[in-house]
Amino acid sequence: MVYEVTVDGKPHRLELESAEGAWKCRLDGREINVDAVLARPDVLSLLVDGRSYEIKREQTESDLHLWVGSTRFAIELRDPRSLRSRRDGTGDASGPRKLVAPMPGRIVRVLVMEKSKVEAGQGIVVVEAMKMQNEIKSPKKGVVQKILAAQGATVNAGDVLAIVE
Amino acid sequence: MNPRHIEIQILADERGNTVWLGERECSVQRRHQKVLEESPSPIVDADMRRRMGEVAVRVARAAHYTNAGTVEFLVDEQKNFYFLEMNTRLQVEHPVTELITGLDLVHLQIHIANGEKLPFTQDDVKIRGHAIECRIYAEDPDNNYFPSPGKITLLLSPSGPGIRRDSGIYEGWTVPIDYDPLLAKLIGYGTDRQQAIMRLQRALNEYFVAGIKTNISLFQRILQDTDFQAGKLDTGYLGRLLAKERMQASDHAPAPAIAAIAAGLFAVLDSVSASSKNGSTGGTASAASNWKQKGRSEALR
Repeated sequence: MVYEVTVDGKPHRLELESAEGAWKCRLDGREINVDAVLARPDVLSLLVDGRSYEIKREQTESDLHLWVGSTRFAIELRDPRSLRSRRDGTGDASGPRKLVAPMPGRIVRVLVMEKSKVEAGQGIVVVEAMKMQNEIKSPKKGVVQKILAAQGATVNAGDVLAIVE
Repeated sequence: MNPRHIEIQILADERGNTVWLGERECSVQRRHQKVLEESPSPIVDADMRRRMGEVAVRVARAAHYTNAGTVEFLVDEQKNFYFLEMNTRLQVEHPVTELITGLDLVHLQIHIANGEKLPFTQDDVKIRGHAIECRIYAEDPDNNYFPSPGKITLLLSPSGPGIRRDSGIYEGWTVPIDYDPLLAKLIGYGTDRQQAIMRLQRALNEYFVAGIKTNISLFQRILQDTDFQAGKLDTGYLGRLLAKERMQASDHAPAPAIAAIAAGLFAVLDSVSASSKNGSTGGTASAASNWKQKGRSEALR
């Protein structure tokens, strides 16, 4: 099996071959012997060069992170033989950007109107959760194209609150 | 100059017996909320403990107080202590006192409320070892401690010698938005402060919560800080630590190569376990590697 793996933005090429219960790896051309057991669906126990690691997988709809011990890595994995293309992000910086609720809560206040010009980092909406009020900020400088959050409404994590163009 | 917050646990039955049960150092606070507590305090010796304890008992007696309570003091650099207030209830940080005295305070509360005498006197109270508690919160230390409610998708909880975990969470539970974000209390106990710290560090490295953010990394940062390890604490301590530049990843940080290899293996092993669920024989596992597999998954419990 061959994979293109991006770890924190850096691309790598990984070849994996099963060998008598263990694994032969070639990572960017370097040969490494690995023993691995999937302890639970999202927990991998790895033995590399005599050192053991516990790897935890954290997968959301939009991204994948792997934790090696207490260190977190952002991962993109692609099987070059697969015809599926990589999943899209939420748009590039030069196009419209969605402002998304990072957690469930209640809209307490909408700070700007549609068509207002905003700066990067300017507060757009105030969400209340867990006894705290939190300002959700614009990801870029631009114009508020659309506000989808209504004062008093309850939102879930991932709900689109506004679009800034 | 910031003082230390040091408080005395007292316990009084309804038959006239009031005792002090040692102090707790609670100076590690963020926005005036306690985040980490320990007992005994690194700066309190037996004589100071006795003097503070006797003042606390006098305070409780003057108010005809019964059952569990905490008398809070502020302590200056000369170790003068000044009464702050009294908390007339059992507090979040009571486990550290339980561990160093060997007493079950909740059990004793019920015992006292039932009209019974305290089963010991002040002379029977012995302080032994050292305990440190971390308040594990559903908040994101990398994003200004933004609260982090949501569903816990994976939970790996620490255990082992000297580790006590008072927890309200389980895998699959959704942390609600309606309440205070305290998830669990993780306490490390050892013969001395150094051992308590080391055990707690091990436990924090094993503790893993996915699906929400927690402040576990904050405690990893505190416990490896030289001022904390030297017991140099005051109520301004955590504010100063958080204002410091984050230390860059140390030599202990694993190479990204490990993450890359793991990413590929997850993908491969996902499809292997999927196909074995469909009934096909799972591949080349020999008797020897089945033993290895079992041993490894046992070791992970």
